[in-house]
Amino acid sequence: MKANYGYADGSGEYFITIDTDVCDGCGECARVCPSSLFEVAPDDYDQVVARVKEKLTRSVGVLCPGYERCRDKVPDCHAVCRVGAISHSW
Amino acid sequence: MITAGVDVGSLSGKAVVLDDNRLVSWGLVPTGPDSAETAKEAMDIALQKGNLSLDRIEFVVSTGYGRVVVPFAQRNVTEISCHAKGANYFFPGARTILDMGGQDCKAIRCDANGKVVNFAMNDKCAAGAGRSMEVMADLLQIPLDEIGPRSLQLDQGEVAVSSTCTVFAKSEVLAHVRQGAPTNDILAGLCAALASRVYGLLRRVGIEPEFVISGGIGKNVGVVTRVEQKVGLEANICFEPQIVGAVGAAIFARDTLVKQKKPAAAR
Repeated sequence: MKANYGYADGSGEYFITIDTDVCDGCGECARVCPSSLFEVAPDDYDQVVARVKEKLTRSVGVLCPGYERCRDKVPDCHAVCRVGAISHSW
Repeated sequence: MITAGVDVGSLSGKAVVLDDNRLVSWGLVPTGPDSAETAKEAMDIALQKGNLSLDRIEFVVSTGYGRVVVPFAQRNVTEISCHAKGANYFFPGARTILDMGGQDCKAIRCDANGKVVNFAMNDKCAAGAGRSMEVMADLLQIPLDEIGPRSLQLDQGEVAVSSTCTVFAKSEVLAHVRQGAPTNDILAGLCAALASRVYGLLRRVGIEPEFVISGGIGKNVGVVTRVEQKVGLEANICFEPQIVGAVGAAIFARDTLVKQKKPAAAR
């Protein structure tokens, strides 16, 4: 499943996408994210995968500067994800 | 095997009783300040219609905004997964689902088993969702269920409503009213604005036939027609689009129960 967490508003589209078909739930993204956006938990189909914390999905555009800008502060979520499950729309 | 699904939405509470795969009964109530109470009210109506009592229900799954506070539910599942399952129940060929609810809209793509493949949800603000339609109906003083039909009977031509925010759109609509724009044309603009908003969400997940619309706005023919035009597919809408999520929850309840019983039988 491609899970898009985020929203679109007047200023743009802010979605963090997690591909749960490849995510192995290692939790590295949760460890390195400076804004602690991620958590690892069982989804509705009992698969343990990373997700954006439910309370934070409406503020990802504010809490996350976007992949391009976060990249300088390595390690970022894309870099630590061995399976490449995470992508950003901005 | 009798199971139930309860969907506590932002504007209405839904409960569905399922006997194996047969839809026994359902209840629909407006959401009150107490979500637990709303869930109970909806459940009581469904039980009464089905001539059942709560102790006959073997497993209850809750979903929706208020899913964590339903006292009699054994499990809660996100509304995304429930809508996909529910749409699959009514239309087994469903691959793309658009749920337009009271305060948010969700675009979901699922597989042949009703399992979610891709989803996007816009719940940051209620602009262009059911609640904003209620606000506009109130403002223009016309019954909610007339918005759809009237928006399709244009007088002079559609009036553009550019604001996405309900509060700003409200002032925009008022300005149109003062300039003497016909109500039907304003309604057309509102329905068109909503349709283009949800179309953006649908494009994000990708559109594949068959297309299903669920949620309260599924009853608004003005929005549905315009979404169909943009998508280029006819929308499948069940007899009561508001209960799709609750039906999905009841199916999750049945599947969970089957899974729980299986290891016991194998022992």
